[in-house]
Amino acid sequence: MLAGWIVVLASFAYLGVLFAIAWHADRRADQGRSLIANPTVYALSLAVYCTTWTFYGSVGRAAATGIGFLPIYLGPTLMMVLGWFVLRKIVRVAKANRITSIADFVASRYGKSQLLGGMVTVIAVVGVIPYIALQLKAVSHSFSILAAVPEVVMPRAGEVPLLQDSALYVAAIMAAFTILFGTRHLDATERHEGMVAAIAFESVVKLVAFLAVGLFVTYGLFDGMADIFARARALPQLERLLTASDTAAGYGSWAALTFLSLLSVLLLPRQFQIAVVENVNEAHLKRAVWLFPLYLFLINLFVLPIALGGLLHFGPGGGVDADTFVLTLPLANQQGALALLAYIGGLSAATGMVIVETIALSTMVCNDLVMPLLLRRGWLRLRERTDLSGLLLEIRRWAIVVILMLGYAYFRLAGEAYALVSIGLISFAAVAQFAPAVIGGLYWKGATRGGALAGLSAGFAVWLYTLLLPSFAKSGWLPDDFMAAGLLGIELLRPQQLFGLTGLDEISHCLLWSLLANLGAYVGVSLWRAPDANEARQAGLFVDALRAEETGHWRGRGAVGGGTAAQVAELLALAGRFLGPDKARRAFERHAAARELSLDRLTADASLVHFAEAQLTGAIGSASARVLVASVVEEEPLGRDEVMNILDEASQARAYSRELEQKSQELTLATAELRAANERLRELDRMKDDFISTVTHELRTPLTSIRAFSEMLHEDPRIELAERTRFLGIIVGETERLSRLINQILDLAKLESGRADWTSVAVDLAPVIHEACASLSQLYKDKGVALTLEIEEPLPTVMADRDRLMQVMINLLSNAVKFAPAGCGRVKVGAGRTVMLDAAGRTEAALRVAVADNGPGIRPEDRETIFEKFRQGGQDVLTDKPQGTGLGLPISRQIVEYFGGRLWLEPVAAAEAGAHFVFTLPLPSGDNAEQQKA
Amino acid sequence: MYRSRLTTQRLAAVFLLGCLLFNYPVLALFNKAVAVFGIPLLYAYIFLAWFGFILLVAVVVERRPD
Repeated sequence: MLAGWIVVLASFAYLGVLFAIAWHADRRADQGRSLIANPTVYALSLAVYCTTWTFYGSVGRAAATGIGFLPIYLGPTLMMVLGWFVLRKIVRVAKANRITSIADFVASRYGKSQLLGGMVTVIAVVGVIPYIALQLKAVSHSFSILAAVPEVVMPRAGEVPLLQDSALYVAAIMAAFTILFGTRHLDATERHEGMVAAIAFESVVKLVAFLAVGLFVTYGLFDGMADIFARARALPQLERLLTASDTAAGYGSWAALTFLSLLSVLLLPRQFQIAVVENVNEAHLKRAVWLFPLYLFLINLFVLPIALGGLLHFGPGGGVDADTFVLTLPLANQQGALALLAYIGGLSAATGMVIVETIALSTMVCNDLVMPLLLRRGWLRLRERTDLSGLLLEIRRWAIVVILMLGYAYFRLAGEAYALVSIGLISFAAVAQFAPAVIGGLYWKGATRGGALAGLSAGFAVWLYTLLLPSFAKSGWLPDDFMAAGLLGIELLRPQQLFGLTGLDEISHCLLWSLLANLGAYVGVSLWRAPDANEARQAGLFVDALRAEETGHWRGRGAVGGGTAAQVAELLALAGRFLGPDKARRAFERHAAARELSLDRLTADASLVHFAEAQLTGAIGSASARVLVASVVEEEPLGRDEVMNILDEASQARAYSRELEQKSQELTLATAELRAANERLRELDRMKDDFISTVTHELRTPLTSIRAFSEMLHEDPRIELAERTRFLGIIVGETERLSRLINQILDLAKLESGRADWTSVAVDLAPVIHEACASLSQLYKDKGVALTLEIEEPLPTVMADRDRLMQVMINLLSNAVKFAPAGCGRVKVGAGRTVMLDAAGRTEAALRVAVADNGPGIRPEDRETIFEKFRQGGQDVLTDKPQGTGLGLPISRQIVEYFGGRLWLEPVAAAEAGAHFVFTLPLPSGDNAEQQKA
Repeated sequence: MYRSRLTTQRLAAVFLLGCLLFNYPVLALFNKAVAVFGIPLLYAYIFLAWFGFILLVAVVVERRPD
């Protein structure tokens, strides 16, 4: 009922439909109305993951291991959840760096290394060849089965002569179809809109076909799922399929397969092509993260019922390969149309995989393997060629043919020894070798080219040795003995019990050793040296790809879409807030003028955003400017680095302000000092004025009296002699007083300005006191004042000027006699050793001289003022004429202080009348030392 | 602004949940020769958990910004 020509016709018709869809999609893309700019189409195109492995192989796997076919789909489900971080990051990086394949990605990540790109290409091609062989095997078998109808015959490929092998023709047709599909023209971005549309369509076809078969088996042949399971439970061979093998190895293998498929859905060249290179908009990922797993869920729903149904229908040992149940079950039940649909579904699964995989691989072979070699050898004679696109397409076409022929060769060599799924897993394990380089490269900046090269080589070598070579050996194309005895007869090197590790299935075993070697070499060699500048730059681009988005995404979007007028206004307002509205407006107008636009026609595109940010940066620092502008242009999360930058800037500002504060404090202090100095200057000025007015007053008093008596003598010659003599006596006295006053003023001026002549010699004070007393003894006698001396002889010598000390003594003694009451006055002079405090607060030995009288005394409040110039004791209480110049005490104090001593008025008890002047003079240090010793 | 980070965290949590649901030892709990409504327990569990998991991911990703 199904003639061979119908099947061939249907196959070509289907391929024609695919081609029409692709052509239509390409045309729509050229018109700018892309068919595939749609998240559902993106999710469906990701389902290129489901190949004939899924379509035919899962049933075979389920018939052998029950639930064991499922990890291959649970892994991608988990990966898609991670896709939100990992896949999105890869997409972002790929778009930013114009990456067109996984080889390109790895090469670019590690400093644009051609060697690495070539290596990834070789691994991908070698690793994926078994996978392509799987498709060829499935399609040729399904064709053979349909062509052999009404018999249900299992094909035997190895026995068919080459030219009669349908797989060869399938490979050739697929090569031709892929060339037509993928290499009609060259696109710089390596994107193929038409292909993606066709792949999405194929995903629908295979899902519909598989669900149709599943529904037919479950509800047509059997009475629902419960019926199938109930019948299976009755057969001991089938009952074991209903539970998983409850062993550590079983669960280990389960986890290993989940992990393997988790990596593969990201790293298979065709998945990378569809998910990353063909991605139109990364927002599409959002739907894909659940729609693609939902697709996997649906296509797996009937796998177990079909497998069990097939086993029940044909019998466990019925001579029908479980890999073909999808086809043979309808056929055996005379459902020709359904079988044809299933065949078309399988064909779509195979063509989808082969087209995308070979296009991706051919791009890699061309860009990362052949072109670098040609360029290096200089075979291209580039100067003579202007257009290389023809050459590139030629290389790709040949690459497609070669890859498919290699796939066919593998199918002929090793294909029959394995079930479909086992062949596919070999490929999965190969591409899993990219995981450290790709995923590590996305998150670890320290990874180096050397590390990636070492990791990939080590992993690939282990994969070759533990998985690919054994697959040849099992097919009889390699001597079997190295499997059993190990390489060179070393048992530890047995490929599938490497280093004596047993108990794992071959996939888990290979995965364990290869990833261990890969990861170890990758990390170890990477840590050998720090990344060079080139690697570090690329690492930054890759690792920080999403971080840039967190504040910088609006740039890109702004550049693509342009902003609204509202955003321009907001940017202007923002800039105005920091720069001043007028200045900001002028700056924006300049910017608009430079682009030949008026301000109101300006759009908030990337250049304006940059401009606004640059303006703000000058005012508030780059990090804050970036965040502020981002807040206007688009609400984006704040990255940690941004926050840190803002903090840095803020703390810098704080440091400046603190410095400023300190400066201003210092300034305040200096101002206060200046004010105080000014105050002092004014005070001094005032004192100078006072001094001058006092001096003039003091000078005028004697002058007035001299003048008055001189005039009297001059005008009246008749004045008696006695009178005349008295007048002359007064004039002489006043003149003496005048010259004394002037001498003292000069003296004081000299002392104060420090220009006085001082001598400093050892002086014994006792004779000085005696001499002073002697010189004033007449005065004392005249006034009837008793003078007593109490001197502790011998007095120690002091370093001083003898004449000056004499001046002090005479001053004190004359003051005392001046104020002592006439007749009953008593003045006592005492001298002796004492101790005084020096400037630093230490005690030191000193000489003490005291002059006490029994006069009216000094009021306590005047005790200091009497040492001021022209302030005479009792001047304001006594109405009589001042009896001195008012300069004696200030001069004495100056002298004593000059020699390091002190002169003061000792407070006296109320009962004791009189003034009690004391001065001390420090003893020379020799005496001090003596004293301290004593 | 906080929104996309929350989604990221939720997805990370969901991923860990998935790792837990589809592996030993949770799997072993359901690995029994028992049937619910005629369907083997393990089979029923995996498909139900799988479906629920996909639903959860869809809810997390597609939720409108709150």
